Amino acid sequence: MKTNIRVALVGNPNTGKSTLFNILTGLNQKIGNFPGVTVDKKTGFCTLPDGRTAEIVDLPGTYSIYPKSKDESIVFSVLADKSKGMVPDLVVVILDASNLKRNLLLYTQVADLKIPVVVALNMVDVSDKAGIKINIDLFAKKLGVPVVPISARKNTGIDKLKSAIAFANSVPLQQDTIDIESIAPGIIAQIKGEMQVENPYVALQLAHQHETLSYLSTAESDRIEQLEQEHSFHSQKAQATETIARYNFINDLLYDTVKKAETAHDETISNKIDKILTHKVFGFVIFFAILLFIFQAIFSWSAYPMSLIEDLFIWLQAGAAKILPAGPLSSLIIDGVLAGLSGVLVFIPQIAILFALISILEDTGYMSRVTFMMDKVMRKVGLNGKSVIPLIGGFACAVPSIMSTRTIENWKDRMITIMVTPLVACSARLPVYTLLIALVVPNRNVWWIFNLQGLALTAMYVLSIFSAVIVAFVMKFILKARERGYFIMELPVYRMPRWKNVIFTMYDRSKTFVLQAGKVIIAVSVILWVMKSYGPGDRFAQIDKQYAQPQYTKTMTPDSLTKVIASEKLENSYAGVFGHVIEPVIKPLGFDWKIGIALISSFAAREVFVGTMATIYSVEGDADKMQSVQQKMHEAKNPQTGEPVFTLAVAFSLMMFYAFAMQCASTVAVVYRETKDWRWPAAQFAYMTALAYTASFIVYHWLK
Amino acid sequence: MMKLSQLEIGETGIVKEFTDLEMSVKLMEMGCLPGEEVRISRIAPLGDPIAISVSGYQLSLRRFEASTIILQ
Repeated sequence: MKTNIRVALVGNPNTGKSTLFNILTGLNQKIGNFPGVTVDKKTGFCTLPDGRTAEIVDLPGTYSIYPKSKDESIVFSVLADKSKGMVPDLVVVILDASNLKRNLLLYTQVADLKIPVVVALNMVDVSDKAGIKINIDLFAKKLGVPVVPISARKNTGIDKLKSAIAFANSVPLQQDTIDIESIAPGIIAQIKGEMQVENPYVALQLAHQHETLSYLSTAESDRIEQLEQEHSFHSQKAQATETIARYNFINDLLYDTVKKAETAHDETISNKIDKILTHKVFGFVIFFAILLFIFQAIFSWSAYPMSLIEDLFIWLQAGAAKILPAGPLSSLIIDGVLAGLSGVLVFIPQIAILFALISILEDTGYMSRVTFMMDKVMRKVGLNGKSVIPLIGGFACAVPSIMSTRTIENWKDRMITIMVTPLVACSARLPVYTLLIALVVPNRNVWWIFNLQGLALTAMYVLSIFSAVIVAFVMKFILKARERGYFIMELPVYRMPRWKNVIFTMYDRSKTFVLQAGKVIIAVSVILWVMKSYGPGDRFAQIDKQYAQPQYTKTMTPDSLTKVIASEKLENSYAGVFGHVIEPVIKPLGFDWKIGIALISSFAAREVFVGTMATIYSVEGDADKMQSVQQKMHEAKNPQTGEPVFTLAVAFSLMMFYAFAMQCASTVAVVYRETKDWRWPAAQFAYMTALAYTASFIVYHWLK
Repeated sequence: MMKLSQLEIGETGIVKEFTDLEMSVKLMEMGCLPGEEVRISRIAPLGDPIAISVSGYQLSLRRFEASTIILQ
């Protein structure tokens, strides 16, 4: 789309910035990456009253231009890096009218970068009710920029904001806020001169942030480091001086533009809710009840849509089998691609429900209370209150959860969270568990109400949380802290969830999951299909030749003959040969070569297991009904002993392997993307595989 | 010398200074600065962290962090 003006949206967290972004752009938005960093870049388009189109970029919410987390560091880069052409023509700073003082700190910093600014004064309805009277004309005059009162939630003032954007000056007219040069005169002057930076505040920020700014060259960064030494520039002291000066400016500004009604501290609704939700006893009870509800919802609400999707694929496969001529191509499409796709798409209902519920919890402000309540416990095991969110999200999928660790400011806490999140029982393990549990655990009740199969599944989930906590505790002693940890966090006022936002998040996350996991799973199913359908040398021809001999064709029915040929071929295919090669390694865990194939192919994604089992045991078609896979696995016998293959010991040993092993290519990729170092995913892969092997070994020999 | 961490729920104080430069920068960014009135609004179920109300909103911080804030 051709755009005439580029606008960046800047503001504190919890000020309604995302709501405003959604109103301005509608669903006309896309999520990409900022060049060189993995921070999500949300952009959208908005038609202005004069007919021009504005490209709106939603920058991560931040309290100041000094970044505390990975996400926040993008704000200054976008506003100052002239080289990539990202610098916006106009910045819309969104201020929460009911909390102006703190919000204005970021405004003064952005204003000093001397990019044209428009102020959107949000939640004026709330501040009105709270008795805060703002003289908007005087306020705008003192700042020297247009100030538009809006209410993003009630969708008022948006047209005025759009015209303010359309008619904004192309040159910055804002008043100076503080005397920047006096903070560090020597170094500012020298950076301005040497690096062709005109703006003193940009120069000062370069001195502060040069180590983390990706757009500076190493030589430039080293030179700034040298200048810091020469001028004995102390970053924190300079920042403290600057912050105090800014608040002095803000206090002067607010003194005659804002009048606050003197009201006693009366109990707000939010406070009353907090009294219950963060109560000593009820707080935890409610939290666990909510978690229970989420699990219940994931399993029970998704059952119907999941079986619909399964049926759809069975129908598609049957249809394809009729239309396509029999041969390798139709087999590739039906047993390879369609079987693989069905394996991914069947998870959409679960993923969507989980993301919807989590985004409701975040949107209402409850998640930050969970962090608040859990911080002490989490800190004991080397994590941080904020690690709770990725860990809960891990029950759905580790990939978005690991991306959500960006909000954890402390490096060590963030790394440990990334390392243990894949241990949490994600939804991809669910089909593996249900299949194996149904196979070996009797479906009956104990102690009146508890279903044995349900108990076994619950045990797997509890185990996953325990293992994550224990591994985190061990890593606490292995990793060295890079900086001090702290937990200074806003507890936003409770509010109703924005349903549009919930639906959008749900849609967006499910789409990402399908695209990311889908590619891997289709590729794996195709590779597996090839490995299963072809064998080395002329082994297949030999089998055909052998069974064409009269002693077979005369004595066996055609049906059982094809069955024998097919299983002989499987054993002699590339997959079969490979399974036999690894069999000695996995024999101590109770697995045979067929399970070995499933195990190895599951390293791409765990959910491949069911499909692989289906393919391996589908010597006679009908590969995709769970029931039939279960039936076949149930009937599978060890050819030497005649005993069933899937005993209690083997099934639980397998579940242990799936509980601990890092069998997910997408997670490996996302860990690399987030850490920018191959050693992290490598270490994670190694420790998880070792853990999986040990746990399987112990469980197998214990139950055998 | 009274520290913020010594206040009980519902008690108020006025920030005087900080004993830790790094922490002070972060606290000031969040609107918790000298001259500002702070009130302990609640304590987490396990006794740490605490939530204070400052400049019109609620801020959560650990007891250790609160102990770097000196009150008048």
